[in-house]
Amino acid sequence: MTDPVIELCGVTRHYDKGPPALDDVSLTVHPGECVAVLGPSGSGKSTLLNLLAGLDRPNAGTVVVAGTRLEKLGEAASARFRRAHVGLIFQFFNLLDDLTVLDNVLLPAQLAGAPARGSREHAARLLDSLGITRHARAYPGRLSGGERQRVAVARALINRPALLLADEPTGALDTASGEDVRHLLDDLHHSGQTIVLVTHDLRLAEACASRTIHLRDGRVEAER
Amino acid sequence: MSGLGRVIRSGVRRRRVQTIVIGLVTAAAVTATVLGAGLLVASKAPFDDAFAAQRGAHLTVQTDTDLVTESQLTASASAPGVVAAAGPYRVLVVTFAERAGMRLPPLTIVARADPGGAVDRVELASGRWPARPDELVLGGGHVRIPPGVRLSAPGGTEFTVVGTARSVSDTASAWVLPSAIGALDGPGTADGYQMLYRFADARTATEVESGRDAVVATLPPGVVTGARSWLDVRQRAVEDAAVFVPFLVAFALLGIVMAILVVGTVVAGSVGAATRRIGILKALGCTPAGIVRAYVAQALFAATVGAVAGTVTGNLIALPVLAETEQLYGSANATIAWWVTLLAAGGMLAVVAVTAWIAALRAGRLRTVDAIAVGRASGPARGRWASHLAARLPVARPVGLGLARPFARPVRTIAILLAVATGSAATTFATGLGASLLRIETALDQNVADVTVSGDRAAGPGTPLTADPAKALATIDAQQGTQARYGLAKAPGTVVGISDRVSVTTITGNATWDGFEMVAGRWFMAPGESVASGPLMKAAGARIGDSVTVHVEGTPVRLHIVGEVFESNMAVFTSTTTIADQKPAEYRVALTQGTDAGDYAETLTGALAGQALTAQPTGLETDPLLVVVEGLTATLTLLLLAVAGLGVLNMLVLDLRDRVHDLGVHKALGMTPGQTIAMVIASVAGVGLVGGLLGVPAGIAMHRLVVPMMAASGGLHLPATLLDVYGPVPLAALALGGPMTALLGALLPAGWAARTRTATALRTE
Repeated sequence: MTDPVIELCGVTRHYDKGPPALDDVSLTVHPGECVAVLGPSGSGKSTLLNLLAGLDRPNAGTVVVAGTRLEKLGEAASARFRRAHVGLIFQFFNLLDDLTVLDNVLLPAQLAGAPARGSREHAARLLDSLGITRHARAYPGRLSGGERQRVAVARALINRPALLLADEPTGALDTASGEDVRHLLDDLHHSGQTIVLVTHDLRLAEACASRTIHLRDGRVEAER
Repeated sequence: MSGLGRVIRSGVRRRRVQTIVIGLVTAAAVTATVLGAGLLVASKAPFDDAFAAQRGAHLTVQTDTDLVTESQLTASASAPGVVAAAGPYRVLVVTFAERAGMRLPPLTIVARADPGGAVDRVELASGRWPARPDELVLGGGHVRIPPGVRLSAPGGTEFTVVGTARSVSDTASAWVLPSAIGALDGPGTADGYQMLYRFADARTATEVESGRDAVVATLPPGVVTGARSWLDVRQRAVEDAAVFVPFLVAFALLGIVMAILVVGTVVAGSVGAATRRIGILKALGCTPAGIVRAYVAQALFAATVGAVAGTVTGNLIALPVLAETEQLYGSANATIAWWVTLLAAGGMLAVVAVTAWIAALRAGRLRTVDAIAVGRASGPARGRWASHLAARLPVARPVGLGLARPFARPVRTIAILLAVATGSAATTFATGLGASLLRIETALDQNVADVTVSGDRAAGPGTPLTADPAKALATIDAQQGTQARYGLAKAPGTVVGISDRVSVTTITGNATWDGFEMVAGRWFMAPGESVASGPLMKAAGARIGDSVTVHVEGTPVRLHIVGEVFESNMAVFTSTTTIADQKPAEYRVALTQGTDAGDYAETLTGALAGQALTAQPTGLETDPLLVVVEGLTATLTLLLLAVAGLGVLNMLVLDLRDRVHDLGVHKALGMTPGQTIAMVIASVAGVGLVGGLLGVPAGIAMHRLVVPMMAASGGLHLPATLLDVYGPVPLAALALGGPMTALLGALLPAGWAARTRTATALRTE
C-alpha cells in the first residue's frame, strides 16, 4: 500500500488558557481519498485545516503531510512546503482583486519559481477544464461566486499538489453555484486528487467524500 | 473623562507609530523654524535698536575739501527727501604712534564739537568727550587703547585718549574737537569733509540711492569722493549671524513642507485604516464634528509634544551662534525673542491642526453605512494595469507584485515620493553647501601653498623681510620640487571716505594659483593695475575699470581696478611693480606632485641659510563659523532624513495594515518571509528612486539659490566656480540616497509583514 498523504498523531492545539481547539487528534488520509471534516462552529475544523496546511503548529503530536513533518518547519520552509504539496480553497475565495483571473491562477507557480511557459500552458488547461477560459483576462470582481470559486480551484491546482484542502468551499455560494462546485470537487476526487474538505454542507460531504470525520470540542466524535 | 476624550486617548495609544512620526516631524520643523526666524530677528534687532536710538545716518557722504565750501555742504541738507543732516565735519586719515614708538593703524578722525546732534548721536562707552584740542575719543570697534594713553600725531603733537565711543553708523574710528584739526593736518594726511543725512524713506537700497542722487545734485560735480549707505553698514554689522539665515530658512521650509506632507498622510491614513471604527463610533452616536475633533486632537497631542521639543532644541542650537552677535554689540540680550519661539511653535501647531482637519473631514463626511461595510466589498480598481504589466516583467514575482503596488494607492505613493524627494533634496543641498563652504573658505583663505617661507618669527607676522627678494626667489626656484612661488606683503591702507582699514597686498611673482577666485574681470598684469574685493568696491562705490586712491603709509597710490577678487574684507591686491617699496613679508610655494612638504621645507631652510629665512609646511586652519554651519547642516539633514524615513515607514505600515488579509493570502499560497520582504521593499524602491531623482535637482536648485544668498548676507558675490560642486559620481550617489531612504524606512514594516502569521492575517477583515 502507498504511503499516506496525511498522518496526524496525537495532535493537540490550544490557544491561551482556554480549552484545546484540537485535543489528541489522530488521522490518516491515503492518496486519492476525499475526507470531509464536519462539525459545529468551534469544533476545531479550521484549526485542523491550518495544521494540515502548515499555517499553524500543534502544541503536541506530529503532523506529517506528503512525507514532511510540519510541526518542525519554520515560516519559510512552511511556505515552500505549501506551494509544493498543498492547494488551498477558501470559503470567501481569497482571490486578489488587482490581478486578472489568469494572474491569480499563475501566482503560486510564479512564487515557486516554476518555468513560465509550462505554468501558462498548465493554467490554460486548468481554466479550460473548469470552463472559465473566457474569463482569463477578467478581474475577479466581475465574476459570479461560482466562477470565483472555480478560479480558486484552478489556483489551488496549478502546482499539482498532493493534497487539496478546501475550507467551506460552498459556504459563500448560492444553491446553483454550490451545486456546481460540488460537481467540480467530485470530478477532482474521481480523477484521483486527495482532498480534505472542511464543511457544514452535508450534501457536499455526501456527494464527494469517501470518508467523513465528525469533530466536536476538538475531538474526533465519529468517523465513517 | 468624556467619551470623546476616551476615543482620542485610545486613538493615540493604538497608533503609536503615527503619533511618534507626527511628534518627530513637528519637532524637526519647529527646530528649523525657530533657528531660521530666531536668528533672522536676533541678528538684526540689536543693530536696528541702536540705529534708531542714535539716529544713525542713512547716508554718509565724503567730499573733497578743495572743490566745495562748507556752506554748499550745509545747503545740501535741504535736498528733497532729507529730513535731518549733520556736518560738514572735517575728516582726516592719521597714523598715530604710541609713546613707546609703536605705530598704530591709520585712523579716520572726524572733528566734532559734541557727540549729539540731529544725526549720528555718538554713544560714549567709557570716559568723556574731548574738552581740549589735544584730546581724542577712540571708536570702540577699531583700536583698543584705554583712556589716559598718549598718542603722537605725525606733526609731533601729543593727544590724550579720554574715552571710547561707538557710532552705529561707523562714521569714524576716532573723534577730536574741530579746533584739533590744525595739529593733525599736514603732508601725507588724507582729508575731506563728512556730511551725514537721514532720509524720509531709506528702507531699501533704491530709496537710499534716490536720496544720495538728490544730495549729490545739490553739490558741485565731482566733489563727492565716497558715499556709504546705512544698509551696507548694517549688512557688515549683522553678517556673522545673518550668514546662517538663508540656509536655516531653507531647512525650515523643508521642515514645514515635510510636516504638512507627513501629518496630512498620517491623519488621512489613520482615517482610511479606521474607517470601520469610525462607522461604529458614528453608529453609536458620535457626531461628524466629534469625529473630526477627535482626529485633529490626536494629531495635536503628538504635535504639541514635538513642538515643545523643537522649541527647546532650536533655542539650544542657536546659543553659540547668538553668542557672536552678543559680542558684536556688547548686548546682554542676544537670545531668540520669546515671541519668535511662540510664533514658530504656534504656527507649526496651526499648520498641523489645519492639515489634520482637512484630512479628518473625510472621516466626518463618511456615511455610517458605508463605513461599517468597509472590508466586505471589493477594493477600488486603481492600478490594475500596473499589476497586469508587472506580472509580465522578467523579475521574480514578489518583486513584480511590489513594483505594481504604488499604482494601487496613488495618493499614498505621492506622499512617499514627496517624503523621499524632500529628504533627498535636503541631503543634496547639505552636501553642496558643505562643499561650497569648503571652497569658499579656501578661496577666502587665499592660501593653498604647500610651504611658506618667512623671516624671524620673533619679529611678528607681516614684518618685512630683510632678505633680498630676487635672491630669495632664485633660491626657491633652484630648489627641487618647486612648482610655483610668489612673495607677498600686506600693509594697512586707507581710502578717503571709508572708515575701515583697507588691506593692501603687494605681490611679487605669479600668485593666481594660490586659491584666488575672480568674481569678475581679470587678475592684474601691468603696473598700476589691481584687483579689489567686493566690500571695498561697494564701500568706495567703484566698479571694474574705475580707479581708487589708496593711502599706504601716508603715500597715495592710484590703483586701476581690473577685476573683483573673492574676498570678504576691504582689500586690494596689486603688484610690487605698483608699490615698489613693499618688500615681501613671506613667500608661498606650491610643490610638484609627490614632493613631501616637510622634507622640502627642511632642505629649503638649509639653502636659505644666511638670508634669515625659514621654510615651513603650511598649516590648515578651519573657520569656527564653518564648523558651526557644517554641524548645523549635518544635524538638520539627519533630522529631515530621519523624518523622511519615518514618513515612508508610517505610510508602509498603513498600507500593510490595509492589505494584511491579502498578505495572508500570498503567504497561504506559498510566499516565503524572504519573498514577503522583497515584495514590500520593491513596493517602495521604485518610488524611492523616482523621489531621489526628483530630490537631487531640487536640492541643487536650493543650493544655487541659498548659497549665493548666504554669501550676499556676508556682502560677497560668489564666483561660479564655488557653486559648481556636484560631480557625476556624487550626483549618482545622491540619487541613490532616495531608494536608500525608502529602503531604511521599509525595513521595519517589511520585517513585520514577514513575521505576520498567515492564519492570523487570513482572519483579518
